[in-house]
Amino acid sequence: MTCLPTTAGSKKLGLVIDLDICVGCHACAVNCKEWNTSGHSAPLTDWNAYSDDAEEDGDEGAWGVWFNRIHTYEAGEGEDARTVHFPRSCLHCETPDCVTVCPTGASYKRAEDGIVLVNADLCIGCKLCSWACPYGAREYDKTEGVMKKCTLCVDKIYNENLEEQDRVPACVSTCPAGARHFGDLGDPDSDVSQLVAERQGYELMPEMGYKPVNRYLPPRPRRTKAEDFGAPERLADLAQRVPAGETTSDASGLLGWLDTMLSR
Amino acid sequence: MHPALSVIFFTTASGAGYGLLVWLALHAALTGDANPLIGWIGFPLALGLVTAGLLSSTFHLGHPERAWRAMSQWRSSWLSREGLLAVLTYIPALLFAVGWVLLGRNDGLWMLAGAVAAILALVTVYCTAMIYQCLKTIPRWHNGFTVPGYLAMAMATGGLWILPLLALSGSDLQTMALPTMGFLLLSAAIKWRYWTATDNAAPTATSGTATGLANLGTVRLLEGPTTSETYVMREMGYRIGRKHAVKLRRLAGFFGLVIPVAVLAAVLAMPGSGIMASGLVLLAAISGSIGVVLERWLYFAEAKHVSTLYYGEEFA
Repeated sequence: MTCLPTTAGSKKLGLVIDLDICVGCHACAVNCKEWNTSGHSAPLTDWNAYSDDAEEDGDEGAWGVWFNRIHTYEAGEGEDARTVHFPRSCLHCETPDCVTVCPTGASYKRAEDGIVLVNADLCIGCKLCSWACPYGAREYDKTEGVMKKCTLCVDKIYNENLEEQDRVPACVSTCPAGARHFGDLGDPDSDVSQLVAERQGYELMPEMGYKPVNRYLPPRPRRTKAEDFGAPERLADLAQRVPAGETTSDASGLLGWLDTMLSR
Repeated sequence: MHPALSVIFFTTASGAGYGLLVWLALHAALTGDANPLIGWIGFPLALGLVTAGLLSSTFHLGHPERAWRAMSQWRSSWLSREGLLAVLTYIPALLFAVGWVLLGRNDGLWMLAGAVAAILALVTVYCTAMIYQCLKTIPRWHNGFTVPGYLAMAMATGGLWILPLLALSGSDLQTMALPTMGFLLLSAAIKWRYWTATDNAAPTATSGTATGLANLGTVRLLEGPTTSETYVMREMGYRIGRKHAVKLRRLAGFFGLVIPVAVLAAVLAMPGSGIMASGLVLLAAISGSIGVVLERWLYFAEAKHVSTLYYGEEFA
């Protein structure tokens, strides 16, 4: 049933992604692919994976189905510009149109925890759900003919065959920087909710009105002063004391000749 | 948005087919004329266009054999409603056709079937348009021009296709030519307003709101997630339409408006339904259909999806 659950509980499982410490290593995306290619929505098909010009399937380029994509943005101008690595996956919205536009009932939102899933046995591959998602979170598997998306590792987080600390989404357990957190954002006392409150975590494109559950923690203000890093006061003007550039104008003789040759 | 040919063909062909069904019902209601020539060509043409369109729309499905499932979610999905109504419309439409073609009758209960078919046909076109209009993610579709545009163009192309049948059967062209011209001008006016409004619309979202980094300054894509194109870039990130938009709009206006209106004006000015008139209105129907196909291609190709904000677009 693609109507949204009317009896939804207060549980809203989701991710909190810390843009301040994400280093853009793509490990979360790789481990997501690793887990999910044999999980709930398996396989995550790739095309032309070993030769991007082979056109073995009549389609140029090496590409495939991924649930998690890492973009890198530059924000601001000149010296103040910041580089921000930005992991993007399904935000498991509270009122997702990707679910309600589905004509077959393949897309659904779980009442018990808010996870948005696709039943691959019902999906006709019309792609309308991917058109309805503003976040570009859904990807079509043209070999299987069905739409696929982040499952929040539904087959991992409840898996009692795993150690308790491993029952988190693959992207969270693998992040080497600790930039990803998983938990119940519907519970104001949960660790993730506390983190969001403390760091002013925000929604992506709130103006679209889909009430995404996942939150992003903004990059912290740039630290430019010595005391920002806990450095001693005497190093405060260190930057000014470093020569701006080196000059070789007084080199003469053999060194002068070497300088000329090497400067070419 | 990537303009999938199957969907362009579906929306234009089924639009013309449903429009023609409405005009057949109008002809029956207004004249009581059950001319077999109009029936024998009109119904296969109308239902053929609709059926070809529906079949074509299943070609772009990953699992066409499961298409029947698409009728199950009418409570929430416009696509589901459209599928259901498209199938329902066949019932009165086929009854109307049987009465007219096999029994030579389009009065009484047969006319009632025709009226029901006409209403369901218009509701189906409405649902088709709502599939697109309901998508908040595509600002060029999510506005008040989509539904009137689809309905007016279905009526205009349907009207253009009944005129050759009327001319062939020696019926009066004037009654139908004038309202058809009205729908052509209405379609053009809606499209004109649509283009001026959507070209100058304020952005729905920006790269700043998509990433939430607006407070740091202008947000630019430094590196995409992959070295090749992702599904989202292939499906939503179509740019060719915007590049050639002005030329294609002119062509759509020439084929879809100028030629058909000129032909209809000539028909209205010089009454008669000879072979000359038949040829002219057939030309107008073909030209008008080309115009609508071009318009529909632009409708998809010009539309920018907000998810492209993650791939380097600054606003959508």
